[in-house]
Amino acid sequence: MAEVKLRKIVKRYDEVEAVRGIDLDIADHEFVVLVGPSGCGKSTTLRMIAGLEDITDGDILIAGDVVNDVPPKDRDIAMVFQNYALYPHMTVFQNMSFGLRLKRYPKAEIKKRVDEAARILDIKELLDRKPKQLSGGQRQRVAMGRAIVRNPKVFLFDEPLSNLDAKLRVQMRTEIKKVHQQVRTTTVYVTHDQVEAMTLADRVVVMNQGNIEQVGTPQQLYHNPRTRFVAGFIGSPAMNFIPCEVEEVGGGLSIRLTNELSFPVPVTRAAQYQNHRQNGKLLLGLRPEHITEAGQHLEPGEVPFEANLEVTEPMGMETLVYFPVNGTQVCGRVNPNAGARDGAPLRLAANLNNMHLIDEASGRVI
Amino acid sequence: MATADAAVASRPAARPRYGSMSQDRRWALRWSYFFLVLFAIFFLTPPVYMLITSLKTSAEISAATNPWWVYHPTLSNYVELLTSPSFLTYFRNSAVVSVFVVSLTMLISVPAAFALSRMKFWGSATLATGVFLTYLIPETLLFLPLFKMFAVFNEWTDIQLINRWWVLLFVYPTLTVPFATWIMIGYFASIPKELDEAALIDGAGWLQTLTKIFIPVALPGLIAATIFAFTVSWAQFLYPLAFTTSADQLVLPVGIITSLIKGDVFNWGQIMTGALLGAAPPLIIYAFLMDYYIAGLTAGATKG
Amino acid sequence: MVDAVIRRSEVAVPARRRTGLRRTMQRKSTVAFLMALPLILLIAVFVVYPALYSLHLATLNKSMERFVGLDNFFFLFKRETFWMVVQQSCIFAITAVIFKAIIGFIVAHFVHNVPAKGQRKWRGMLLVPWVIPPAMSTLAWLWLFDPSYSAFNWVLALFGIGPVPWTGDANWARLSVILVNVWIGAPFFMIMYLAALKSVPEQLYEAAAIDGANWWQRIWFVTLPMMRNIIAITALFSLIVTFANFDIVRILTAGGPIDRTHVFATWAFWLGIQGGDIPLGASVSLFMVPILAVAAVFILRDISKRGNEA
Repeated sequence: MAEVKLRKIVKRYDEVEAVRGIDLDIADHEFVVLVGPSGCGKSTTLRMIAGLEDITDGDILIAGDVVNDVPPKDRDIAMVFQNYALYPHMTVFQNMSFGLRLKRYPKAEIKKRVDEAARILDIKELLDRKPKQLSGGQRQRVAMGRAIVRNPKVFLFDEPLSNLDAKLRVQMRTEIKKVHQQVRTTTVYVTHDQVEAMTLADRVVVMNQGNIEQVGTPQQLYHNPRTRFVAGFIGSPAMNFIPCEVEEVGGGLSIRLTNELSFPVPVTRAAQYQNHRQNGKLLLGLRPEHITEAGQHLEPGEVPFEANLEVTEPMGMETLVYFPVNGTQVCGRVNPNAGARDGAPLRLAANLNNMHLIDEASGRVI
Repeated sequence: MATADAAVASRPAARPRYGSMSQDRRWALRWSYFFLVLFAIFFLTPPVYMLITSLKTSAEISAATNPWWVYHPTLSNYVELLTSPSFLTYFRNSAVVSVFVVSLTMLISVPAAFALSRMKFWGSATLATGVFLTYLIPETLLFLPLFKMFAVFNEWTDIQLINRWWVLLFVYPTLTVPFATWIMIGYFASIPKELDEAALIDGAGWLQTLTKIFIPVALPGLIAATIFAFTVSWAQFLYPLAFTTSADQLVLPVGIITSLIKGDVFNWGQIMTGALLGAAPPLIIYAFLMDYYIAGLTAGATKG
Repeated sequence: MVDAVIRRSEVAVPARRRTGLRRTMQRKSTVAFLMALPLILLIAVFVVYPALYSLHLATLNKSMERFVGLDNFFFLFKRETFWMVVQQSCIFAITAVIFKAIIGFIVAHFVHNVPAKGQRKWRGMLLVPWVIPPAMSTLAWLWLFDPSYSAFNWVLALFGIGPVPWTGDANWARLSVILVNVWIGAPFFMIMYLAALKSVPEQLYEAAAIDGANWWQRIWFVTLPMMRNIIAITALFSLIVTFANFDIVRILTAGGPIDRTHVFATWAFWLGIQGGDIPLGASVSLFMVPILAVAAVFILRDISKRGNEA
């Protein structure tokens, strides 16, 4: 029983509201990732759960108890910091056992726990070293070990991978996931990297400007973003947003981008968009992976069109192509053998089954 | 080196730019060494001359021989001073005062620096600035009012403060504590905030965070501050000169000057020996802990 | 304890719930205040109080029984010695600081020029004057300047110069006290500049060299601007210390010949402790305050500027 509940949490610094009354339920054993751009309030939220920041308003419950006024050490949590915050003058063993030693655990128990954590993290041979003698990845493991040893109710991670190089980051990401599968402790993980969020999380919480934009599984966020912010934040390269109008063409609906270019709306979506025909400013949201080279057979919902490529970026397994539509740069992902060349026209196909229509004024996905 | 020179000189046209660059460098280096030797002579002459004189007999000193050379080296000056009860008293007084002042300084300034750098309280920012300003107030401004304060205190309580060596324990910290606090604030500020947060989550209280995390991590700063406090209290001259007069209450610098200079009779052999022995403790510490010494020296202005 | 806190906060109304936290915050600042208390007391009793007390003392008569207002100051203004002391203090401090700054800069540059391996050795040797207690090293200078046995004059005599009355003649004595002060203080400048020189990125010099700057232009356009702040702070620090200097003048000349080398500190000591006129001595030392205050203001400004940059 170690679920975490946030009830209308508010954090105000003088005049600035960093967190604006968020609600969140985190279940036992769940791995939840808070993700968002810098300054969105994700770190502040985590630090309030840890007890490092006081709460301006609202309640935080850990395992059913309100912990608003409980000091960090009595909340039974463990935290992994961005710069690891290893005590530089202690060996790895001392680092990992510091919390237990302060709580006066028996020596044998401490040793047992540290050995167990070291086994899980595969750092047994490092126990006598000082942090200075460790590589970035090893420090990261020790920081996690320090958390595991405490056997807390909740793990808190504050951007733990952002100090590592790209390759190590991918490796440690898998490592963290493996560790969580073994220890099953409720985890709150903060990152600005949406790939990390998608790969690690049971559920992702997208935050923006102190508010929660959307909570959902990675799949839900990817396929059914509720706001323009989430749609643009999740996925790489980011979703294209093209100004458009909805018009009625011969019984069906059609998305008009320019005078020459318009896409018919799939029948399944028509009812959804029916009421937005006269709506002033609309955006068509289409991910680059849903704009591909037009093949021999077009699937239902795929619409071919002619594009004048400005720039092509070969990535190896695919080629990113950029072309202008209605004053916007649009990105598509095509097969490297499709013959995309800078400044040359190419026949592309847009998969409208995966389209989103966004009301620009409210930023909501229709 | 010489062959390289010749090579460059014999082919001036081949690679003129490169040649002139490296030759520039070499000449700059030669000039640097030349001037460094000159400055080293300037900077080291007095201590060396102390040593030369301390090895001479009075007869040799007053003879019209080359003053820069010892013809009949003797250790009699050292033997005489190190067996003289008054000199040993000065030395003991200096040592006791310095050890106490250093301990007091660290006991006052380390907790204060921790409180000022990590636990904000009402007026803490002002106090930090105040500490720095105090460091800028010279002792020459304060010795007269302090002298009078001690006299008034004597009238009120009948406790004699003037002419007691231990009164220096109260006044020396005014010179050492502000700077030591300032250095420690700088060192503590350089410890990442996450470290005390990690300690807080691990269950450490403020005192444990200070003793188990901050003091070990900031140990170089602690050593630098300790060295500084020792050097200052060992070298202090004005306060003991103003506040102590009896021979048994004097510390080393004042003792040497008042007791070895009797009227107009200067026993230079002994004075130089005394000065050298008085300079020895800071010099020895400096020789072994030079890096900490220099770190502390530069910390005041570069860490602010 | 923890349980109690939780249970109470669960039932309490929101407005009251904050008290627990506020109490922890208050306790934290109380602990912090207690930790800083010895420091506060020390500064209050032995620095702030005496400083204010000297203002009071300066308004008393010699036996400290009667309030005389500003009479001590008027008395000082009428004495020729006082104006000599003002003049000598300023000449002494300014000249010494300028020479310390220049010599420190030059030496730091030469040390910086030699290969990194040897730098430690040179630095260690050149800092020795700063490490020796000033009272002790000034004694060595006093002996080097001795009227009858001066080792300097012995050397000069080999070239047919001298004998130089190092401490006997007013102008020579003024030069001598400055020389000793420069000798003691220049290493400090050297160390500060050396630290600053090391912080100038090597690429800047390489870029300047590629732009065709000669060594003098590199110093003028790269080194000096990069070190401006540290030069200012070091010089101001040194100005305060030099202006308030006591040891050197006291031991080397004791203010003589005929009060020609007295500075504020030594004259205040002479009047206050040896002459027994504490109020007059306090009045003299108070004249240091304006210059110290100006220097302190500039230092504070520079240091907060550095803080903002970082």
